[in-house]
Amino acid sequence: MSSYTYRHYEYRKPPELDGARARRPVVIVGAGMAGPTLALALAQRGVPSVILDEDDTVSIGSRSICQAKHSLETWDRFDVASRMVEKGITWEQGELYLHDKPVFRFNLQPEPGHKFPAFVNLQQYYVEEYLFERCLAEPMIEMRFRNKVVGVTPGPDGVTVEVETPDGRYALETDWLVACDGVRSTVRHLMDLPYPGEVFHDRFLISDIRLLSELPKERRFWFYPPFHPTNSVLLHRQADNVLRVDFQLGPDADPEEEKKPENIDRRLRQMFGPEARWEHEWTSVYTFTCRMMERFVHGRVIFAGDAAHVVSPFGARGGNGAIADVDNLAWKLAMVLAKTAPVSLLDSYCSERRAAARENILNSTRSTDFITPKFAASRAFRDATLSLARDFPFARALINSGRLSVPTVQPDSPLDTPDGDIDWLRGPGPGRAILDAPVGRDGSGWLIDRLGPGFTLLTFGDTDVPVGDLPSGVGCIRIAGDGLARQRYDGRPGTTYLIRPDRYVAARWRRFDAATIAVAIRRATGNG
Amino acid sequence: MADITTGALRRTLNLARPDDVYNAIVDAHRDLSDEQCRAFDARLILLLANHVGDEAVLREALRAARETMEES
Repeated sequence: MSSYTYRHYEYRKPPELDGARARRPVVIVGAGMAGPTLALALAQRGVPSVILDEDDTVSIGSRSICQAKHSLETWDRFDVASRMVEKGITWEQGELYLHDKPVFRFNLQPEPGHKFPAFVNLQQYYVEEYLFERCLAEPMIEMRFRNKVVGVTPGPDGVTVEVETPDGRYALETDWLVACDGVRSTVRHLMDLPYPGEVFHDRFLISDIRLLSELPKERRFWFYPPFHPTNSVLLHRQADNVLRVDFQLGPDADPEEEKKPENIDRRLRQMFGPEARWEHEWTSVYTFTCRMMERFVHGRVIFAGDAAHVVSPFGARGGNGAIADVDNLAWKLAMVLAKTAPVSLLDSYCSERRAAARENILNSTRSTDFITPKFAASRAFRDATLSLARDFPFARALINSGRLSVPTVQPDSPLDTPDGDIDWLRGPGPGRAILDAPVGRDGSGWLIDRLGPGFTLLTFGDTDVPVGDLPSGVGCIRIAGDGLARQRYDGRPGTTYLIRPDRYVAARWRRFDAATIAVAIRRATGNG
Repeated sequence: MADITTGALRRTLNLARPDDVYNAIVDAHRDLSDEQCRAFDARLILLLANHVGDEAVLREALRAARETMEES
């Protein structure tokens, strides 16, 4: 059925079953998108890890298909992002239809001058394949397939994990256990932790097909199209000429009936016309929930991605939110393990990423309510917005078919130093993700390529700054002259940004002052 | 009566010909079913909300509309 060939990754008998006993600094549960990304980010900081996965292959089905810019920038540090961009479909345009007529087109990234596009559509199995390949080539990462976690015993300064394999059970001791094991997290269940949230009842049908004719490259969203007059339809192109067609079915649909190939084909036939030919790739009927754990850190057990919080698919905030989680976690965990930061630094992982999850849930719930209104007045306003949109441009901004994932704002983080100067006209303030820009003499390099695995100072002006006074490991990038970087950061001579390892701004000043910067770095690492 | 503090929302007359405007609004609903009225009002509210543009005014108007309903 699928044009993708699922490779089975090799299971090896774990050395613990032959009597080996070595305590690990980090054990990661789950080889999805988040787990391997975390392992690679830790390896880059000298921290070895073991990934446990009950399965031995990548994601069954395309699942998370929109890989956002911020995630690509994270993966670029492991040299896998270019491959994803090459394989995937870059799209910035979208078109929205009401009934049979286009209402308007939109462009997600009107601004040039970024290394990566706003989004690349690439099936989750490819993302995982590239990450797995990179992990398997990394000596500091051990991937253990067909290793199922069956017990978790948290201790005061470590965790014992009970693992089941084809060759029997063994125990693994670790300083830190990170659960990246998805919405039905085994670790969360074993620890009996609640997962409060909201359940939505509308059913959706995903039909991935390989269309054997001309394909649209843009995203298309229909409200009440002739081929599905009661609801909405989303169409997205993926790699290998695969199309994702997402039909809203309503709350009363029968999933078994809707999943039948003849019923899917009938809908697709109406959609693509009598001449079209296609092959089925993957089919899934889903409902969704929005949930969030009350704490993401429970002693030495840390939760990330869908295991910690889950949103509706509208806006591509599941996979991309998970990558942002582990990007936030990796440097903090590495510093705690290196004893250059206190364990309490991890509290900020919880507070920052819970704020992000709240923002993602809010956005996705608003999209959900627009796409599937819950009461009559809500539907009346939704339909009024749609019918105004063609002639009244303001109404287009109100149409919410998914506010696509951009880096969340992490306000009031204890790690950030609030702005003291008040004359900022632009630029990302504390708690906001940095903006990429072309840099270098001929503008041929990218700002994100200049960032190392640690903290970075971004300064503007024609004279060198006295970085010698700063803690070792802090990088410095100086932007001279005029250009997009200077504009995007409102850079004047002396302007200095302190950029965290996860590419968020921790502080910024109009004047370079080593003592002030040192204070901000201590604060940003929990040493303040 | 809910506590009324001086806010952003205008509470005194701002129409030169109040009877004409009032009747224009009512007349525009003539011959519409209840459901059509709801659809009409939704359009009207969105058009006016965008024109007003001031979120504080709109939020105060939303509160005022809701609070006066609870009194009646």
